[in-house]
Amino acid sequence: MLAESLFFSAVLFTIGVVGVLTRRNAIIVFMCVELMLNAVNLTFVAFARVYGVAGQVFVFFVMTVAAAEAAVGLAIIIALFRHKQTVDLSNINLLKG
Amino acid sequence: MLLQHAATAGAHPLEGTVASYLWLLPLLPLLGFVLNGLLSLTSAFHLGPDDPGADHGHDSHAAAAHDESGGGAHGDDHHPVQRHRHAGLVSLIGPGVLIAAFGLALAIFMAMRGLGEMHAPFVQRYFSWMPVGDLVVDASFQLDQLSMVMVLIITGVGALIHLFSVGYMQDDPGYPRYFAYLNLFVFFMLVLVLGANYPILFIGWEGVGLCSYLLIGFWFSEKANADAGKKAFIVNRIGDFGFLIAMFMLFANLGRLDFAGVNATIGQLPFGGVVVTAICLFLFLGCAGKSAQIPLYVWLPDAMAGPTPVSALIHAATMVTAGVYLIARSNVLFSMAPVAGLTVVLIGGLTALFAASIGLKQWDIKKVLAYSTVSQLGYMFVGVGSGAYVAGVFHLMTHAFFKALLFLGSGSVIYAMHAAYHATHSHEDAQDMRNMGGMKKYMPITWVLMWGATLAIAGVPPFAGFFSKDEILGSVFLRATHSTLADARWLGIPGNYVLYLVYVMGLAAAFMTAVYMTRMMIYTFHGPNRTGDKEREHLREAPWIMTGPLVVLGVLSVIGGWFNIPAALPVGPIGALEHWLEPVVGESTLRVAGGTLPEASHSLEYLLIAVAIVIALAGIGFAFARLKPQRLVPKAQAPAEHGFGLVLENKYYVDEAYDAAVVQPVVGVSRGLLWRGVDVGLIDRLTRLLVQSKDDDAAPGAVPMGGWMTRAVGYLGSQLQSGRVGTYAWVLVVGVLFVLGAFSFR
Repeated sequence: MLAESLFFSAVLFTIGVVGVLTRRNAIIVFMCVELMLNAVNLTFVAFARVYGVAGQVFVFFVMTVAAAEAAVGLAIIIALFRHKQTVDLSNINLLKG
Repeated sequence: MLLQHAATAGAHPLEGTVASYLWLLPLLPLLGFVLNGLLSLTSAFHLGPDDPGADHGHDSHAAAAHDESGGGAHGDDHHPVQRHRHAGLVSLIGPGVLIAAFGLALAIFMAMRGLGEMHAPFVQRYFSWMPVGDLVVDASFQLDQLSMVMVLIITGVGALIHLFSVGYMQDDPGYPRYFAYLNLFVFFMLVLVLGANYPILFIGWEGVGLCSYLLIGFWFSEKANADAGKKAFIVNRIGDFGFLIAMFMLFANLGRLDFAGVNATIGQLPFGGVVVTAICLFLFLGCAGKSAQIPLYVWLPDAMAGPTPVSALIHAATMVTAGVYLIARSNVLFSMAPVAGLTVVLIGGLTALFAASIGLKQWDIKKVLAYSTVSQLGYMFVGVGSGAYVAGVFHLMTHAFFKALLFLGSGSVIYAMHAAYHATHSHEDAQDMRNMGGMKKYMPITWVLMWGATLAIAGVPPFAGFFSKDEILGSVFLRATHSTLADARWLGIPGNYVLYLVYVMGLAAAFMTAVYMTRMMIYTFHGPNRTGDKEREHLREAPWIMTGPLVVLGVLSVIGGWFNIPAALPVGPIGALEHWLEPVVGESTLRVAGGTLPEASHSLEYLLIAVAIVIALAGIGFAFARLKPQRLVPKAQAPAEHGFGLVLENKYYVDEAYDAAVVQPVVGVSRGLLWRGVDVGLIDRLTRLLVQSKDDDAAPGAVPMGGWMTRAVGYLGSQLQSGRVGTYAWVLVVGVLFVLGAFSFR
């Protein structure tokens, strides 16, 4: 059971990483970050079955932080869209050397 | 409350008493520093009187500053002195925190007395400061009998000098800055004596050095003062190098740096071995820097450029005695190394003699006192070096009383002289004794008190200095007959010869001390006045805020000897200080003495005392016989010195020798080799070779390639920051994979 759960969360995490690296739409990149967070949550829960409830407690922390991050992140994306009329990340490169 | 705590197993008997407020002792002056520093800063942002260029200092350099302002500018010399706008508040905070600290120190002292016997030091641990592998250093304070004595001296004499400063410095534009530095100094000094391990002690050690630098150069707008501060700082670095090496060696050999740990484990090292001797010698190098011993004493006379109360507090009563404290604190170490002890004794004796002889021919009243301080510090080292730790600390204490009094008294005189010359726009030197004379008529209180201090330092009974100096000389004499020092050999010379030699040097220095101090008194206070006819009517006694502390110090200088009266003279409580310090130094004193304390027959002791008294009186008599007060002349008419007197007046040309042997070679190498040779000759030429000579007309000495290369590297760097989030994410993922891989496949 543990092996399957870990394999599944590894797949989820990799999908998230690849999504962040390849996609240009800020909303999709953002969703992929959430996917990575939840893959980690899954690992926590899976390990919690073996090593005790500390992992489950941590999941709540991660979910709380993810909620806060989603609020801030979406607000930034909306602000970006109002400013540039696009959420394509390749167009957003003002901050460079 | 006290009994309850004492009953609990393992708790120190001082736990739960007022001594648990130990941490408050240094914190009070630190609070004063913060408040005064803030007051100083608030005015720094306004166009105000806080301008260091507007020199209203009282020392001689102030007079020189008026010189430079030009003869025509005398008109505005008479505007009322502009006081700092927070002067009142500063006068309250500065001395206030010190008096509060002294009150607390007294309360703790009473609590300690109430305990009766206290064998283990009271250690307060605050937090772990440096837990690095085997090295564990805690931020902790330690209170024992020795640090209690030091705390009482520092806060007590310090409070008096702070009060004096209120009168002396009130009209200075940098008044809050002055008190901020002075409070900070007391903070670091208390950290120094309360620290429970060498690194904490070292923090205080460096901190007082910093404050000393800041206060020597307090009137920094004049280059000579700033230079004197730098000299003190740099010379002290040499000593600190020794201190650091000693700490490294202690850790390497014992693994401990706290006093309790070092004392407990030092027995592992062989008695008189190379390691323990080297540790002690390196520690003594640190002491020689801080406490101005040969060969590092040169900074102390120059340190007189600071305000006179600073000289009294830092460069006479407290900071310069830190070296003596360090040896007394490391008594277990030094008792294991007789050769190092002999070195300390010999250097101390030489310094006492050497500095006293220079003091014979100085004209600046503060310079006389500065060389006198160096010489008296030599005595203290003779005491602690010969294993008579109580005698050294005793002389430290009495010296703090009478030397602070002498400096503050000279400050009063300079204050009066400066006021007189200021009133008449004279440019004469306010610190030259040849311009004084007959001051006893104008400053009777100062005159009486200064004579008290002079008799104390000369060693005339029953004044304080007599008892402490006699104890040091007596213990050297007795240890020459029977002690581990006498049995050891110093560079092949038997130890008892060295000790007898130092005893004779000490007697000679005592004679000279009596001579130069009497000479100073005759020049300053006796005979007709030589200040000038117009100036004479402006000479008057300083205000009570200044003479008050002088009176207290005067009383202490007279009765200070009662703290440790020898058994041969039963006129009071015998050996009170010795009994008090017994738990700290008793064991080491015994070890140096070779198992049993040297017991002198009373007849021998009376003989030694008689010799000391005769020497002191002979010195005073000699000075009065040589100098006829009526025949002294002002500076302008004084004849030039010649022969050996000229050598003494120029301080044996030691400064010039150091300049030629150390400073000039360093400057020469930097200028000739490193600048002309390496920088201009090699680097510049090389770059010109590498680059096409098309921009030869650029500024000579410029580095043409440097600009080109810098721009290229900068361009590469700027390409990394593309502004694309995707690139950053890639870099991040690659980095994470690399780190993970490194961990998996190592």
